[in-house]
Amino acid sequence: MTQANTYEDLSCRELVELVTDYLEGALPDELRRRFDGHIAHCTGCRTYLAQMRATIRATGTLTPESLTAEAESALLDAFRGWRRSSD
Amino acid sequence: MVSNGGHSVTLAFVQTMQDEAALVAALRAGDEAAFRTLIEMYHAMMVRVARMYVSTQAAAEDVAAETWLAVLEGIDRFEGRSSLKTWIFRILTNRAKTRGIREGRSLPFSALEPDEAAVDADRFHGGDHNWPGHWASAPAEFPEERLLAAETRDVIDRTIASLPPTQRAVISLRDIEGWSAEEVCNALTLSETNQRVLLHRARSAVRAALERYLEEK
Repeated sequence: MTQANTYEDLSCRELVELVTDYLEGALPDELRRRFDGHIAHCTGCRTYLAQMRATIRATGTLTPESLTAEAESALLDAFRGWRRSSD
Repeated sequence: MVSNGGHSVTLAFVQTMQDEAALVAALRAGDEAAFRTLIEMYHAMMVRVARMYVSTQAAAEDVAAETWLAVLEGIDRFEGRSSLKTWIFRILTNRAKTRGIREGRSLPFSALEPDEAAVDADRFHGGDHNWPGHWASAPAEFPEERLLAAETRDVIDRTIASLPPTQRAVISLRDIEGWSAEEVCNALTLSETNQRVLLHRARSAVRAALERYLEEK
């Protein structure tokens, strides 16, 4: 097996565990260089990285959980109680 | 945000600071609309974060409600050294931790299981293969047009709901609410490494669920 075939001595199985650190800009320079070298050769890992970016994008379209009417009225009651007692 | 160029980022930041100062002033004056704005922005997320530390949804709701009273009692002492958001979530996590300890729960981050693979081991070649650890069954591109369909979003929603509370809180804050890594670390008093580990597990789980779902039909 040639050097190029080992994709920077990083297996795909190892690479998938580094994807978040890569996207967060948290990989040390040397590892980042090997990561970039690996995906330049490996279609599977490039696709995996694209899937991860798509996952983040799709998650970003979810609506943040909203306050229930019940919780809101209980909290507003507590607020009014606090305001009375602090007057 | 970053790609918008420095100018608009600065404007957005100044805008946020002004909004925050105005909210704090209004809250000190006992303004109900200011309080309502804050609970609409943060309460649901506070319950989700509290759930990282306490064992039931009801306990998490109690902790969030108590936190609001502590915020009201303490707002005169808020000095703006951190953002209001960070200050509120710090109060919340301190209270939730105290309550969790009283319940006899171990803190969530001492219990990080070491080996939870992002991708099933059987997707890769084994040690007897020429290329051990390389894809045996490579991933396929997600079809863009299905990715944003309501049904797909339900899959994501259900997957996040099924995650352990710590992962659920981190992915919700980062990827749904759009908080920065630094904000999450500060508000939840997490180390940068733990924040990334939790985010990695959560995102990997959502990716795997999407892959399963999108391959089904």
